[in-house]
Amino acid sequence: MLQIECPWCGARDQQEFQYGGEAHIVRPESPDTLTDEQWADYLFNRANSKGVHAEQWCHTAGCRRWFNVLRDTVSYAVLAVYRPGERPSGSVE
Amino acid sequence: MRRNRYSIFSLARNAVSYHQDWSEAWRSPDPAASYDVIVAGGGGHGLATAYYLAAEHDVGRIAVLEKGWIGGGNTGRNTTIVRSNYLWDEAAHLYEKSLQLWEGLSQELNFNVMFSQRGVMNLGHTLQDMRDIYRRSNANRLNGIDSEILTPAEIKAKVPAMNVSSEARYPVLGASFQPRGGVARHDAVAWGFARAADARGVDIIQNCEVTGIRRENGAVCGVETTRGLIGARKVAVVVAGHASVLADMAELRFPVESHPLQALVSEPLKPVLDTVIMSNAVHGYVSQSDKGELVIGAGIDAYTGYGQRGSFSIIEGNVAAIVELFPVFSRVRMLRQWGGIVDVCPDACPIISKTPVKGLYFNCGWGTGGFKATPGSGWVFAHTVAQDEPHALNAAFDLERFTTGALIDEHGAAGVAH
Repeated sequence: MLQIECPWCGARDQQEFQYGGEAHIVRPESPDTLTDEQWADYLFNRANSKGVHAEQWCHTAGCRRWFNVLRDTVSYAVLAVYRPGERPSGSVE
Repeated sequence: MRRNRYSIFSLARNAVSYHQDWSEAWRSPDPAASYDVIVAGGGGHGLATAYYLAAEHDVGRIAVLEKGWIGGGNTGRNTTIVRSNYLWDEAAHLYEKSLQLWEGLSQELNFNVMFSQRGVMNLGHTLQDMRDIYRRSNANRLNGIDSEILTPAEIKAKVPAMNVSSEARYPVLGASFQPRGGVARHDAVAWGFARAADARGVDIIQNCEVTGIRRENGAVCGVETTRGLIGARKVAVVVAGHASVLADMAELRFPVESHPLQALVSEPLKPVLDTVIMSNAVHGYVSQSDKGELVIGAGIDAYTGYGQRGSFSIIEGNVAAIVELFPVFSRVRMLRQWGGIVDVCPDACPIISKTPVKGLYFNCGWGTGGFKATPGSGWVFAHTVAQDEPHALNAAFDLERFTTGALIDEHGAAGVAH
């Protein structure tokens, strides 16, 4: 089981959270200009990293806010937690 | 090349020598400098691919590279359910081909895979469940796949231990039943394919992990491994949960995500359940092994993971649902629990496909239900690799479908619980 530190509420049990998939996937500005391959890449292809993975979680049973987590997908250790618009170092996007 | 055939006579002959003279089931050769086809991944699907390549196609020298040992991956970790009652035509035809191969597999491989056609029951707990079950069952019959609809009374007659009362937390309104479905002995499937492939000249190389895919002018030319560089004209990758890792070696991005999937078995009991029970709504499935253990499968964790273990809460919810269905199981003690890594596609259907790299083929994305497809998956993949073209049965399962949008959406149709 994971213990995840919500950036607003602090450390809580994994069961309070909902997983939201890979982080930092940005919807293309103008989809109508993309090729089918580019659109498919945005829709379906994922990094699925073995090792450090940037992902989204939502504190559904708490403050109900989304945030980002850096997690090791082998050890499952939570390496960093940061708010939307931030980078793990704390710098703003 | 052919090893001793297993038979009543070989058993008797070896009994005379106190079973000291059985030959090894397969050799452990050192890797050659190059092969015509390298199959990366020595699980059930990879071994089946190598077997059908050697048995039904003329492709030259074949090697299977396995990073661990034969039977140590997902083949040895799953709950062994075999069925073909999928909704969509493409999936139904593929899994039905596999089921037909299962029916003759022990004879074909000269290895008892203990395929037991004890039937698979998919329960419906809500009106919508039942509508979906009728739809799927009718679709199955149109595709020539056996399927029956059972009433709660008929379910109770087959499975007396199940609580089908309307007072139950998950009332059982009915079920689809595929009599030809069942279970098989997972290790035997890996060992049987390994032995039969080896007998046809396939080199099975264990403790040999692929660490890189060599390419030249857009075509594959070999693999880097922990036992050195091995040349190859064709590389067929069948690595389940690590598909993205291998794809990354060839600079490809795949639409799969790897999740932990858990299962558990109880202490051995006297016979109490002689069929396979699956429930999509509560996401649990249970059967009883020949040793008497209850074999219980849970769902995947939502998060991605390569750790071969999942969250306890998943098992807790799973076991709670099983105990609601089978109150007599409440005091059964669980012996073992484990996890495997499954690579899940957005449409819950596999990718059995050529890739943009010439001579590189991928067979992945089976998600939580690959075991049932082991022989069929190997059969169509062998054809794809040997002919450099997919077979009609797997043409729809290519990588291109994510670009064209022609997905085969088995999520919810039949793909939730496997």
